Amino acid sequence: MSEATLRDERGGIFTPFNLVTGVILLGGAIILTIRFTTGLASTTNLSNTNPWGLWIGFDVMAGVALAAGGFVISSAVFLFGMKEYSPVVRPALLTGFLGYALVVLGLLADLGRPWRLPFPFIKQAGPTSPLFEVSLCVALYLTVLLIETTPAVFEWLGLKWWRRLVGQLTIVLTIFGLILSTMHQSTLGAMYMVTPTKLHPLWYSPHIPVQFFISAVAAGISMIIIEGLFSHRAFHHQVQISNEQFRGINFGLAKGGAVVLATYIAVKVVALSLENEWRLLGTSWGMWYLVEIMGFVVVPCILFAVAYRERRLGLARVAAALTVIGVVLNRFNVTFIAFNWKVPHEMRYAPAWTEIWVTVSLITLAVVVFRWAANRMPIMYEHPEFPAMH
Amino acid sequence: MTISRRGFVGGLVAGAGALSTSSAEAGTIEHFEGYPGRYGLLHDTTLCVGCRSCEVACAEVNAQPKPSQSIGDQSVFTTVRRTTDTAFTVVNRYQEADDDKPPVYRKLQCMHCNEPCCAAVCLVHAFTKTPEGPILYDPEVCIGCRYCIMACPYYALAYDYDNPIDPQVLRCTMCYPRIKEGLNPGCADACPVGAITYGRREDLIEVARERIRKFPDRYINHVFGEHEFGGTSWLMLSGIPFSELDLNEGVTHESLPAIGTSYLSVVPLIVTIYPGLLAAFYAFTRRKDKLAKQELDTALGEAREQAQEEMKAGLQKAAEKAKKEREKAVETAVGKALAEQQKEGSS
Repeated sequence: MSEATLRDERGGIFTPFNLVTGVILLGGAIILTIRFTTGLASTTNLSNTNPWGLWIGFDVMAGVALAAGGFVISSAVFLFGMKEYSPVVRPALLTGFLGYALVVLGLLADLGRPWRLPFPFIKQAGPTSPLFEVSLCVALYLTVLLIETTPAVFEWLGLKWWRRLVGQLTIVLTIFGLILSTMHQSTLGAMYMVTPTKLHPLWYSPHIPVQFFISAVAAGISMIIIEGLFSHRAFHHQVQISNEQFRGINFGLAKGGAVVLATYIAVKVVALSLENEWRLLGTSWGMWYLVEIMGFVVVPCILFAVAYRERRLGLARVAAALTVIGVVLNRFNVTFIAFNWKVPHEMRYAPAWTEIWVTVSLITLAVVVFRWAANRMPIMYEHPEFPAMH
Repeated sequence: MTISRRGFVGGLVAGAGALSTSSAEAGTIEHFEGYPGRYGLLHDTTLCVGCRSCEVACAEVNAQPKPSQSIGDQSVFTTVRRTTDTAFTVVNRYQEADDDKPPVYRKLQCMHCNEPCCAAVCLVHAFTKTPEGPILYDPEVCIGCRYCIMACPYYALAYDYDNPIDPQVLRCTMCYPRIKEGLNPGCADACPVGAITYGRREDLIEVARERIRKFPDRYINHVFGEHEFGGTSWLMLSGIPFSELDLNEGVTHESLPAIGTSYLSVVPLIVTIYPGLLAAFYAFTRRKDKLAKQELDTALGEAREQAQEEMKAGLQKAAEKAKKEREKAVETAVGKALAEQQKEGSS
């Protein structure tokens, strides 16, 4: 890859991409300035009855689930020896790192006093809180992801000694990442175990930690497929693997997606049976629950299986998109749609446009940084001077 | 009842205390009943006339602005209100007056749970259950995550959403400073009809039971707050089902921290079991690769040997064949020569 061709691909400063993202990010910055000078009330629809909204529902709850691809794929490749997936390890880890960075940024916008973020660790700990465990895990896992992303940076900068050092840490970091992910992905669900009267019984379950973990794995796998759709096209000049190899990886992921979603369906059925909530399916909330489960879990599960058997890449991508929407919908349901379901209509929450704008800005920021890094660092390809080191 | 040692040491927060004891001393079957002699308040909704004197007194005691709608303004009851960051208690009307029945009002405020969920879910331990009964909040450590507000089953906590600098969680303090001075909480003193009684919680339960016994037609036979989610400092009596007062009737006696944070006991297991388990998986993979390589090497070696032998045998065969052919050729040549000689000799 010569520097000249890279620069040609990047183009000038005022490209359509840069203009659109620039406008989105500028708007987000203005909204956040208002938020930090006048308080949360001016830019959010949060209230005493609905203390958590989109910034928790998407930026934190969904964001952490969608960033699960990093730990899923690095565990598969480094711990379980599925070496054929190594071409997608770096994009997945970079997405994971940016995803978690987005989670922390979103959280900073939502916290009443964000500058006190380290207080649980330096001032006074509340170890009985599920949130304490989540914040400790997210802080540690963000660090793990940062280190796991550095090989590409060190190769880019030509720092061979450092590159070898982080290379030797791979297995330890992967195991640590899997432990931390198992813990906080499930504990995010466990946070809702204290609200049996507020969260609708179809979504409330003593098994919600397990449900959150399994659905996060499905979301992570699906995000790798979707990311491949964009980056394989956008960075096609960098991609070294053959088309056949790329398709093979996607079909393997589709197979994995089908199995994980089938497990998720089974776990959901167990929860329904355990609490004997079948009669609730006949209510209007039951209809909404079925939309989530049938439309965005059962259907993508079948599509993944068909895509794998018939080698249809397009179908695998549709299934991946449905799965991602389904996991986001599930987190929205748990956070604010099926939450406070008994509260009168006029006191219910719907996000303000400013909240949506800030969330879109954060996603945009992650895309911009991913593009910036992938254009410079060996993310999509193996660095010629560091062959087969990852 | 005596304070158990672990209850006293570990249980400055009842919820956190119950949790830390259950996790630290898992296997014990002791039960911490809560601080003995702690205070509480009894709200008898059958006596409440909806005058909202308690709202005014509460605002005065807590140095908050007076209620926006003045006392006697009945329009306030057209909507169901909730507590806010400036109004720590509000009175709502839940049933309109009927021919022979008066309207039904209920006073809302922090219930001061025996095992507070807000305290158990706080990641900086900002809430403390005092031995006197009230739950205290420390704004000096609060980071503003609002998990407490989200977790409260009574919708009793409020937040300072307009404050960008030092927003706080705001709610009824059960007039802790006044209690320490030996005074009654502001609302209890202000109530003109005696609908709010302050005293030791255990005594109040007796008072409530006595009223139900004396006037069985007037009351539902239930003291709300005695056991709901582990019990509350505020207790309630009612003449109509509590569900009609927007309260969760018939919920478990188990505390929310006990139900909701039990999963955390699994977490240490993940940390302890995963490293070994995953290292084992890694070792399996490595071993499988190694075995596969060994098998391949052996197979390759055998194949090479066989090929060499076959080659050797082939060479030998070829050599023999060549030798035979040579001999045959020599024989033929000799025979030919001999025949020619004979022919020449005969001619």
